[in-house]
Amino acid sequence: MSGQPVSSPAVDGARGGIQDRESALAKLMIAPAILVITAMIGVPFVLAILYSLSDATTGDPSIKIVGLRNFRAALADPVFRISLWNTVFFTLVSQCIVVLLSRLLATALLKKFRGKWLVRFLIMLPWTAPISLGVIGWLWMFDSIFSPIDWVLRYVGLLGAPGALLGAGTNLYYLGVPGLAISSIILVDVWRILPLATVIQLAGLSSIPRDLLEAAEVDGATPWRRTLMITIPLTLPITSIAFLFGVVFTFTDLVVVYVLTRGGPVHMTQVLSSWTFFKGIEGGDLAQGAAISLFMFPVLASVAILILRTARRTEVV
Amino acid sequence: MTNVRKLAGRGGLYALLAAFAFFGAFPFYWMVIATFKTDHDLFSPLNNPFLFNEPPTLDHLKNLLFETHFHTYLTNTLWVGLAVVVITLVVAVPAAYSLARWARGWGEMLGIGIFLTYLVPPTILFIPLSRFTSSLGLQESLWSLILVYPTFTIPFCTWLLMGFFKTIPKDIEEQAMIDGLSRFGAMWKVVLPLSISGVLTVVVFAFTLSMHEFIYALTFISVSMKKTVSIGVPTELVRGDVFQWGSLMAGALIASLPVAVVYTFFLDRFVAGFTMGAVK
Repeated sequence: MSGQPVSSPAVDGARGGIQDRESALAKLMIAPAILVITAMIGVPFVLAILYSLSDATTGDPSIKIVGLRNFRAALADPVFRISLWNTVFFTLVSQCIVVLLSRLLATALLKKFRGKWLVRFLIMLPWTAPISLGVIGWLWMFDSIFSPIDWVLRYVGLLGAPGALLGAGTNLYYLGVPGLAISSIILVDVWRILPLATVIQLAGLSSIPRDLLEAAEVDGATPWRRTLMITIPLTLPITSIAFLFGVVFTFTDLVVVYVLTRGGPVHMTQVLSSWTFFKGIEGGDLAQGAAISLFMFPVLASVAILILRTARRTEVV
Repeated sequence: MTNVRKLAGRGGLYALLAAFAFFGAFPFYWMVIATFKTDHDLFSPLNNPFLFNEPPTLDHLKNLLFETHFHTYLTNTLWVGLAVVVITLVVAVPAAYSLARWARGWGEMLGIGIFLTYLVPPTILFIPLSRFTSSLGLQESLWSLILVYPTFTIPFCTWLLMGFFKTIPKDIEEQAMIDGLSRFGAMWKVVLPLSISGVLTVVVFAFTLSMHEFIYALTFISVSMKKTVSIGVPTELVRGDVFQWGSLMAGALIASLPVAVVYTFFLDRFVAGFTMGAVK
């Protein structure tokens, strides 16, 4: 970045000397961040690409380029194709639910009510607790024998009796049946991201100037119209940001799948990150692991650019 | 008439909030129950799982605190988290300020570039970074985590702080500079106090992100004494194939609650900070 000449368009008149000093200061202040990012993200990212083109294993980690063999091998692998589809599907379904619910929840949290502190505390728990620990709680709730959900279903007679709606068996085996395992993972994804999205939405909602809403109210705009014409357009950028972060977290998440199902039953809930881990670390095939993980990158990059663009366009209005 | 509608709206609001609170908190209630239940009560499918059918016990808690390395995981987590927070602040605050105030052209591209690096997830980086940390001789060391965690806290926090700094009108610091403060003085005495909720939010986010981190810790650390809470509890409290559910839930609960309290406390400041009283 230091090689780039920086033109400083004088905004408030000609203040040559100060402008130059300011642009030097601007560079100096951002330099450490760029250094860290280059050394710790840029270089390893390039290394990941090199690994994906090599035949490196944990036993012999030297990089010998072998071409696109690892990518072809990944694409030919049915488990990889399931992982790719699952990653997209889990992310889209869970994040659409999260955006809707978080807006609803943020609107409710803006209101004044008793015990707000406690309610917020409870709602935020999924985000504030370390993910792996929260998901361990779900693992115990989805237990094949002692699940409280099954107990309730048995109690109300939907399960475990001859002719019951959900079958005569005593348990549903949430993590053992493909459809239920997929639903369980999506549910936990929603559970985990909802607090974060709500906090971001809340920030957006409370940044709307109160006088603007009050002026609209004085002018006779109905609540519905105020939401449509003021709240939604003004908070669209921050809603996009909330959605973007949710997508990034869910798309790249390993913990939920790793703790709940380890990709099972028979790889039906495998996602790209878990498959990377099982192939690259547990299987020791660094090259294949790197190739699988790189399939995430173009999707993440294009989603980000798309949403950044939306956010910026709305800001101009 | 309006009173009735108001009351109905109130009821709807409470019902909605109760439903969300239940959804968010139930797994933790579930942890509380498991922590204090006797094994016999826990593993009887006919017992009501939501209540104590036998008197509560402290056995799981005792086992967790005295028979496992749980306290070591906590210390490790705290140490890593604090170190990461300090590194993040030192790097991200100046970077975010620079981007928010002076960014045009190259700066804006840089801001977006920094943000985009956040999209190179640990799942892509952990293979090369594990080779990297071991070549520095940091395998099985907490320093490997302290070195690597800023790769996700810095981009995220820079982006977040940039938003905060942008909401502070330039006029305020320009006025301060006209009143005789230097550029640094304006930054330190005017902008930073105004964005304190942003900085605190970043502290909380950096800490929770480090505490949540799973995949690097899982890959870099396998010695029990060096594990953080997020991997120590799920991997070490299993005997053979059998989960020690009581102690496991106790560990998850104890590690979760303090952070949750701090986070909620900062959430209030986070929202309050957004109204930016100084501008009005």
